[in-house]
Amino acid sequence: MSSSRPRPAAERAARGGRRSDGPLALWLTLPTLVVLGLVVGYPVARACYRSLFDDPITVAPHFVGLANYAAALASVEFRAALVVTLFFTVVSVALEIVLGFAMALVMHREMRGRGWIRAAILVPWAIPTAVTAVLWSWMLQPAGIVNHLLGANILWTASAWPAKLAIVIADVWKTAPFVALLLLAGLELIPDELYEAAKLDGAGARQRFATITLPLVRRALLVAVLFRVLDVLRIYDLPALLTGGANDTTTLSLLVVRATIGNLQPGYGSALSTLTSVLILVVGIAFVRALGVDLMAAPAEEKG
Amino acid sequence: MRRARLPWRAIGVGAGGLLVIAFCLAPFYWMVVSSLRAPHAIFENSLLPSTLSLENYRAIFGSRNSFAWALRNSVVIATTTTAVAMVLGALPAYAIVRLRFRGKLLLLVAVLVTARFPGVAIVTPLFETFADLGWIDRYPAMIVPDVAFALPLTIWVLTSFLAEMPWDLAGAAQVDGCTPGQAFRTVILPLAAPGVFTAAILVFIYAWNEYLVASVMSQTLASQPVTVAIAKFTGESQFQQPFGTRMAAGVVVTVPLVALVLLFQRRIVAGLTAGALKG
Repeated sequence: MSSSRPRPAAERAARGGRRSDGPLALWLTLPTLVVLGLVVGYPVARACYRSLFDDPITVAPHFVGLANYAAALASVEFRAALVVTLFFTVVSVALEIVLGFAMALVMHREMRGRGWIRAAILVPWAIPTAVTAVLWSWMLQPAGIVNHLLGANILWTASAWPAKLAIVIADVWKTAPFVALLLLAGLELIPDELYEAAKLDGAGARQRFATITLPLVRRALLVAVLFRVLDVLRIYDLPALLTGGANDTTTLSLLVVRATIGNLQPGYGSALSTLTSVLILVVGIAFVRALGVDLMAAPAEEKG
Repeated sequence: MRRARLPWRAIGVGAGGLLVIAFCLAPFYWMVVSSLRAPHAIFENSLLPSTLSLENYRAIFGSRNSFAWALRNSVVIATTTTAVAMVLGALPAYAIVRLRFRGKLLLLVAVLVTARFPGVAIVTPLFETFADLGWIDRYPAMIVPDVAFALPLTIWVLTSFLAEMPWDLAGAAQVDGCTPGQAFRTVILPLAAPGVFTAAILVFIYAWNEYLVASVMSQTLASQPVTVAIAKFTGESQFQQPFGTRMAAGVVVTVPLVALVLLFQRRIVAGLTAGALKG
């Protein structure tokens, strides 16, 4: 625990010399813990419990152990949703990072109108995802502006690959700017002197990018990738509204909602939702483990 | 040699800046332009509408779609969520920054996990619980989950702002004869206001944009927020997709957010990147 670590005496004195503020801290955190417990913890526990029972139509549910999980893991729909979700995660995040990095590098330059660019970049982030979906489904209509500009005749949401691409396009448009902001904040932490020194030493632009920019922006980059990966793994709004999951765009989240609410199979659906949560948790933990624990550094511990 | 290259670099950077602006704003521009076209001309692809028409705006506020109701619902849900999340979130943020207690790391991990938890895993059991409480199609069914999902963001942003505050000043004020209450009111509160305001903007935008929970919990116009209403818009006939009215509704929903973004872009950027990058 971070709090049990001894602190410098000066810091303790600055905090009024108190050893532990346990009781007050408990009262201050209790409301949050209660809300999170009731709204997140309890439903999760309830879903885990429900996932162990079957879904009969007329009689009371029977305990079936892990049968729902076995059925889910063996089902074609779960595997298809898993593949599609992973596809979106890899393709969308890769595009967002590349585009976001390019945008951040442009914004990092001294130029007139930086404020305008920053304001513009917040617009896609601020637009509700539901509106983003409606907007792109309009632009991607067969007679819409995108086909008009491309001089093409693509049925964007009516066939498998274009439908996936439509979701990727909308997601990248909405979140690449957010990635750019995170990366820009990372770039701004790099002292200019480093670049000056490297220039004096005769390092070219490409060399400076590879030896200064990339390593020093690493932390911001990892945070951006982690945030985006965990977000796309649970993607719901865009496929739900753009394609409704048709043409092989049913993500895990869409599948869970369809099973529990659409098909009234709360037991099977709860097993699906538990599997989805576990997947996200495992990916998150693996990510943090593999790429450095410093990502989880508590903000209170971040001094300087 | 170097002098000859400089203008080209400046031009390149300028072009890059314009590209970024175009990438971000072109779809938004298309939404505005489409919303201003006459319904029969909706499939025109000209950069400006051939005839300016407010027909789509008239339609969304007409009896058929009752968009005004959805707007009212969204305002109530988003403002209540923001107010509650600020009050609830400020307390643990203060504790994390200023107090020493066991389980601090556990609290932060719990907050982080909640922030990235898949909403679909919670929505069905919550629906059943809220059905038992008689909350379906009522505001609390959306406000309570929104608060829970906004709390991590609130705590995160407030913690990083509070950590930067000159807490010694409050101590100095007490040495000068202020009571702790006075020191808090006159020194801490004014300094903390910008951070709270930033967190409030971010939470408001989050709650205003929420779709998944609302799409399950709201059933009628009595509680449907704008995000759900737009997706459910109906056209003149059942076979006609009402894109013009949807674009108009999209503009109405987005304009307050764009105004917030233009007014408070510095704060929003600071809040979005707070905590995530320092250290």
